[in-house]
Amino acid sequence: MRPLTPTLALLAALLLLASPASAGNDWMPPVRDATVQKECGTCHMAFQPGFLPARSWTHLMGSLADHFGEDASLPDDKIAIIRAYLTANAGDVVNQGRAARYMQWVAPGGTPQRITENPDFLRKHHFADSVWKDPKVVTKSNCAACHSGAERGLYK
Amino acid sequence: MIRRLMLAVAVAALPLAVLATDARRDAILADYAAKSRAADPSAPAFSAQRGETLFRTKWTGGDPRTASCTACHTADPRVPGQNAKTGRPIEPVAVSVNPKRFTDPATVEKQFTRDCRSVLGRDCTPFEKGNYITFMAGQ
Repeated sequence: MRPLTPTLALLAALLLLASPASAGNDWMPPVRDATVQKECGTCHMAFQPGFLPARSWTHLMGSLADHFGEDASLPDDKIAIIRAYLTANAGDVVNQGRAARYMQWVAPGGTPQRITENPDFLRKHHFADSVWKDPKVVTKSNCAACHSGAERGLYK
Repeated sequence: MIRRLMLAVAVAALPLAVLATDARRDAILADYAAKSRAADPSAPAFSAQRGETLFRTKWTGGDPRTASCTACHTADPRVPGQNAKTGRPIEPVAVSVNPKRFTDPATVEKQFTRDCRSVLGRDCTPFEKGNYITFMAGQ
């Protein structure tokens, strides 16, 4: 077998760097629970719990009848499953990588509800109005419109 | 006689060809039919045409961003749609291209509740739900 050419070796190294396990600071652990994927991921992307602290998710799961103006009510058994997953994997629990960067802006005891209002989000999303009004985007919370790896926690 | 028999076979096979049948979907339809008759004993059978009218009507009671079903599902239920509020892509509603549609009662009921309130500004009746599914099953 021929040894790897330098180009190939470089490519292999780059691929390794791009894999989630070693994506380091930019990676956000993706949602791995089927109920959360289905119930939170129908109307919008199932946002990774690492973007908000546990108390935010507790508040959110207790106010689904007015979910950013929408009635997103769910049966109690589903709510319990989802709340348990979101709080167990919340930003202040994960507290590393991108989750830690988001958490540093959250006031002690604060319960932010909109991920898109976090300064770490804002500082990377200075775009012209025309970008936000693109028919593919519609809202700032539509991560996957631009970040094709968003569902996998990759926001490069 | 033979011609009549062939006709009978053809007619019997028609729903199989036209409607993508699924026992779970049939059960959901049967449930809505029973509820529809309970509400109004003279309610007619579900019709795809009524379902299509429901699908295409522009309503004024709901969220202006979703004045009709077509706001998210487009005018052609066979193609993918997009949530008008979030931008999230939506799989086609037409059963012919998305056979999973209308096969889980809890999902169907949850989606009707959310979407009818958003589009019509009220809950849909069992009669309307049955018509809608009948339309989509033939699409």
